[in-house]
Amino acid sequence: MTSIFNSLRQLWRDLRTQKLRTFLTTLGIVWGTVAVTLLLSFGQAMHRQMLKNVLGLGNAIVITFPRSTSKPFEGLGKGRPMRVTEEDIELVRKRATLVDAISSEYADNLQLKLGTKTMAVDVSGVSPEFGEMRNMIPQMGGRFLNPLDESQKRRVAFLGNELAEDLFGASNPVGQIFRLHGSPFTVIGVLEPKTQDSSYSGRDKDKVNIPGSTFRALTGQKYVNLFIFTSTDVQKTKQAADEVRSILAGKLRFDPTDKEAMMTWDTTEMFQFMDSFMTAFKAFLAIVGSLTLVVGGIGVSNIMSVVVEERTPEIGVKMALGARPRGILSQFLAETLILTAVGGGIGLLITFGICEAWPAGMEEFIGIPEVDLHVALLTSALLGLIGFVAGFFPARSAANLDPVVAMKMT
Amino acid sequence: MTTNDSIIAMEQIRKVYDTGKVQVEALRGIDLEISKGEFVAIVGPSGSGKSTLMNLIGCLDTPTSGVYRLTGQLVAGMKKDELATVRNRRVGFIFQNFNLLPQISAYENVEMPLLFGGVPRRERRRRVEALMERVGLADRMEHKPTELSGGQMQRVAVARALAMDPDILLADEPTGNLDTSSGGDIMELFQDLWEQGGTMLVITHDPALARRARRQVEIQDGLITRDTGSPGADSTPLR
Ligand SMILES: Nc1ncnc2c1ncn2[C@@H]1O[C@H](COP(=O)(O)OP(=O)(O)OP(=O)(O)O)[C@@H](O)[C@H]1O
Ligand SMILES: [Mg+2]
Repeated sequence: MTSIFNSLRQLWRDLRTQKLRTFLTTLGIVWGTVAVTLLLSFGQAMHRQMLKNVLGLGNAIVITFPRSTSKPFEGLGKGRPMRVTEEDIELVRKRATLVDAISSEYADNLQLKLGTKTMAVDVSGVSPEFGEMRNMIPQMGGRFLNPLDESQKRRVAFLGNELAEDLFGASNPVGQIFRLHGSPFTVIGVLEPKTQDSSYSGRDKDKVNIPGSTFRALTGQKYVNLFIFTSTDVQKTKQAADEVRSILAGKLRFDPTDKEAMMTWDTTEMFQFMDSFMTAFKAFLAIVGSLTLVVGGIGVSNIMSVVVEERTPEIGVKMALGARPRGILSQFLAETLILTAVGGGIGLLITFGICEAWPAGMEEFIGIPEVDLHVALLTSALLGLIGFVAGFFPARSAANLDPVVAMKMT
Repeated sequence: MTTNDSIIAMEQIRKVYDTGKVQVEALRGIDLEISKGEFVAIVGPSGSGKSTLMNLIGCLDTPTSGVYRLTGQLVAGMKKDELATVRNRRVGFIFQNFNLLPQISAYENVEMPLLFGGVPRRERRRRVEALMERVGLADRMEHKPTELSGGQMQRVAVARALAMDPDILLADEPTGNLDTSSGGDIMELFQDLWEQGGTMLVITHDPALARRARRQVEIQDGLITRDTGSPGADSTPLR
C-alpha cells in the first residue's frame, strides 16, 4: 500500500516538475487524435452524404424516355415518335430476364384544390414498385402505393414532404382529402425527407404520386412519359437496357440498335463513378491519416526520447538514492499512460466540440460528421504507445547505467 | 587481512576511465579496509582519485578490476535490486556538487530516499522535518535548491544523506562551500553521528576537519600514499 502511494507521489511530483514535457507530449497526443479523428469523421460524413445524395434518385435505376426513331426500319422512315403504353411495359415485365423491377411514370402538371387553396402541382402516375426503386420511404403512419391501389384505380396519393407541409402544415396529412383535377383524393403517405442530388422531372419533395391506373383514368393519358427499371445485377445494367430495347423494338417496330428511339439515363454509371471516387477518397484519407499519425508519432517520440535523455542525470540521482530500475520504468509507464489518457481525452473532447459546432448549413455538401470513438481511442493509444516505446529504451538504458555515469550525462 | 568487523574491504581496486581517445587510470590498485565505527578523512590533491574512490565505496560506480566487499558481501555479485537497497539503506552519500533535483523543494529532495525506502507518509514527514531542523533549514523547506545558497544546498544534501539513517556516511567535500561557522556546524553533526556509532568517510581539504578524524588516508595519483591506520594500529606512512 505504502509503496503504491509512494509511487503515486513521485509520479505526481515528476509530472508537475516536468511541465514542458508533460505539456508537449500531451499536446502531441491531443493534436494527433484530433487530426486523425476529425479527418475520418469528415471523410465518413462526406461518404455517407454522397451516397445519400445519389440514392435520393433511386437504387441504381435506369431511366428510359421514349423518343423518336433515328434510323429507318422495315420500310418505316426515321423520326417516328415512339409511344409506349402500359401494355408494352407489362410485356417487358414478363419477358425481360435481366430486369428486376420496372415502373412506368405518367406525368403532368395538374390543378390541386384544398379548401380555398388552389395550386398547380406535378403529379406522377406510377406503379407500386416505384416506391422502392426510387427510395420513396414513407414517414411513420403512412405508406406508399400498393398493388391494390393500382388494380382498383384507387384515388389515393403519396405526397412529397414539402408539398404536404405546404398543404397541411403541422397537422397529420394521412387520411386527409383534397381534390386533384376535379376528383377527391385521399392522402396515404408522406415522403420521409431525403436528399436528392439529381432528378429528371422536379424534386420528389414537391410531387404527388398516384397509381398509374388512376392517372390514366383521370387524365385520359395513354402513353407513358418515361419508365424506370432496375437490373437483377448492377454489373449487367447495360445488357438489361439492351434487352428492354430489343423487346420494345419487336413490339413497336424499330431498329433494336437505335438508341435514340429509347433514350436511357443509366444512373448506375453514377454509382460506378461514385464507387471509384470513394475508393480513391478513402485511400486518400487512409494515407493522410497514416501520415498524420507518423508525423504525430515522430513528434511524440522525439519529445519523449529527448526528455528522457535530458532526465538521465535525474535518473542517476534517483538510482544513487536507492530507486530500483523497475520502479523508474514502471513510473515512466504510468506517466505515459496518464499523459495518453489525458491527451486522448482532450483530443476527443475537441473533436466532439468541432463536430457539435459544425454549421448545419454545410450538411448538404459534407453531411454531419460523427466521431468514431474507436478511431479516436486507437489513435491516442497508438500515439501513447509510440511515445512509450520512444521513451522506454532511453529510460531503461539510463536506469541500467551506474548512477555516477548517469548523473554525469548532460 | 580481512577482519570480521571490517565494513569496507577493497583489494587491488583499479578504475580506468575510457574517454575514447585517452584512458585515464584514476585508481591504480587501492587496498583499503575500514572497520565499523571508524571516522576516516580522505585527503589528497585535486584529481588524485578521491571522488572516484568514494563513488566505488558507495556502490555508485563499478571498478575496472579488483575486489570490493561491503560487510563481507561481494558487491560485484549483487543484483540490481540489492544494490538499490544498499544505496538506499546502508550508504548515505553527500556529493561534491550536491546533486539535488532542481525542480523540487528542499523538503521533497530530502524526502526522496524515504519514498524509495517505502517509509509511510507520516513517518516521512516526521523524519524530514527533524532533519531539516537539525541542519538548520526548518524555515527553508519549501524552497527550491536554486533558491538556496551554496551552503544551504550543502546542508540539504547532508539531510538527504542522513534520511534513511545509513550505516555509512560518505561525504565528498562536505564543508567545501561553507563558511567556517556553518562548516563547523556540519562537522559537529558528523561528530555526533560518529559518536552514535556510525561509520564515516569524509573527503576534505580542510585540515581542521581532517584532524578531527581518527584516521587519515592520503591519495596521490590513484594510489594510497599514507594511511594513519585504524586507531591503535601503527600510523606509519606507507611510502
Ligand atoms: N567520468 C570521467 N571520465 C574521465 N575521466 C574522469 C572521470 N571522472 C574523473 N576522471 C579523472 O579521474 C581522475 C580522478 O578524478 P576524481 O574526481 O576522482 O578526483 P578528485 O580527487 O576527487 O579531485 P577533486 O579534489 O578536484 O575533487 C582525474 O584525473 C579526472 O580527470
Ligand atoms: Mg572530487
